[in-house]
Amino acid sequence: MSFDFSLIIDSVPKMLMGIGMTLELLVLSAVLGTALAVLLLLMRISNRWYLAWPSIVYIYIFRGTPILVQIFIIYHGFPQFEFIRESIFWPILREAYGCAVVALTLNNAAYVSEIFRGGVNGVNKGLLEAGAALGLSVRQRFTYITTPIAIRLSIPAYSNDVVSLMKATALASTITILDMMGIARNLVAETFAPYEIFMSLAAIYLVMTWFFQKGFGLFERRMSRHVRKEA
Amino acid sequence: MSENGKQPIIVLENVNKFFGDFQALKNVNLTIDKGERVVVCGPSGSGKSTMIRCINRLEEHDSGKIIVNGNELTSDVKNIDAVRSEVGMVFQSFNLFPHMTVVKNLMLAPRLVRKADKKEALVIAMRYLERVRIPEQADKYPIQLSGGQQQRVAIARALCMNPEIMLFDEPTSALDPEMINEVLDVMTDLANDGMTMIVVSHEMGFARSVADKVAFMDEGEIVEMNTPAEFFDNPKSDRTKEFLSQIIEH
Repeated sequence: MSFDFSLIIDSVPKMLMGIGMTLELLVLSAVLGTALAVLLLLMRISNRWYLAWPSIVYIYIFRGTPILVQIFIIYHGFPQFEFIRESIFWPILREAYGCAVVALTLNNAAYVSEIFRGGVNGVNKGLLEAGAALGLSVRQRFTYITTPIAIRLSIPAYSNDVVSLMKATALASTITILDMMGIARNLVAETFAPYEIFMSLAAIYLVMTWFFQKGFGLFERRMSRHVRKEA
Repeated sequence: MSENGKQPIIVLENVNKFFGDFQALKNVNLTIDKGERVVVCGPSGSGKSTMIRCINRLEEHDSGKIIVNGNELTSDVKNIDAVRSEVGMVFQSFNLFPHMTVVKNLMLAPRLVRKADKKEALVIAMRYLERVRIPEQADKYPIQLSGGQQQRVAIARALCMNPEIMLFDEPTSALDPEMINEVLDVMTDLANDGMTMIVVSHEMGFARSVADKVAFMDEGEIVEMNTPAEFFDNPKSDRTKEFLSQIIEH
């Protein structure tokens, strides 16, 4: 088969028009998802069953079902219910964009919450005892000892998750969103050249992944400056 | 104040502690006067650490009474906080906060618990770093220090709360041999200044020269407690004799 370079040169700038949408979906759902993840984490580790259980069930459901199914339920399924159409969430859920952000956020929160829980569990219990022995309250120990250490421990898994989320934004194209993937699919429909177009799209995602990995690598180095011997 | 002019600052009455079916402390009775230095020794699993961890409620005792500086330890959080802010503790594994510099480790509790401002906390921190003779390490992270230095920082961190009582839980057990003395020297200084101290340790030289009393624990009980001279030269119980012969012959 032939490989049409002029087609790539034509289509890459068109797909890049969707990079704003891809990044918007990514940043919005990463930020909102992380905030929700913290809430879920606090519920989970609260030692109160009526807070912990909803968190456990939520995480089980959102990690246990495909994100594509979640997107379809929210976009295609929810509008069938009158109470959703009449709720305050309807202005968001009426739009494909809103549905995509909501689905990605809810899904991401479940994963990130578990990542943070791993970080919290990884904090050496002796440090918390030292805090207690100094007279720090439970809340002070969580704020000044657990949180900074748990954040550092969570960075590698969290950066992985951001890359996964970036790739998952491509699923928004299935509900009419014109992110890079959405544009690529339209281009393929026009040109019947899936190979060139999807290969160049893959290359764009790879470049983005590289930047995220670099960025998180720097962040991790900064957060770990105290665990390196030299300084 | 008791008849001999001494003032009990720690009192344990019939204290029992269970971990599941295992009884870690069996009817422990102990009275320690203000300014007294007590070294506790005994085989591993004998309840030494559990006993001192009950004194600042890192462990909850199941029955009996523990009174520290006039506060009885119950589930009342206020009393626990009151006791903890008067009782310093030094751990075998140092437990310095790895994400903070040395001086920040020292400033944390004065700032959060005593509500000192930054300047006051810094003055307090530097005073105690000088006391343990490593002020030049103030801006390093714990991992950059040797074990002996880390343990001295941990002692200074506890002293920053100006405690009435210091608990030491095997403070030299995790140290390389050449670093043990620098830590024991700091502890001896503290003892000479009149600090009330309970030290779980097998450093028998330290016990002999610094302690007012040495206690031997075995299977959750205080088997014997006496002055160092009596304890080492004239032990009463067979279990004590056996233990002493084991650690001294090595």
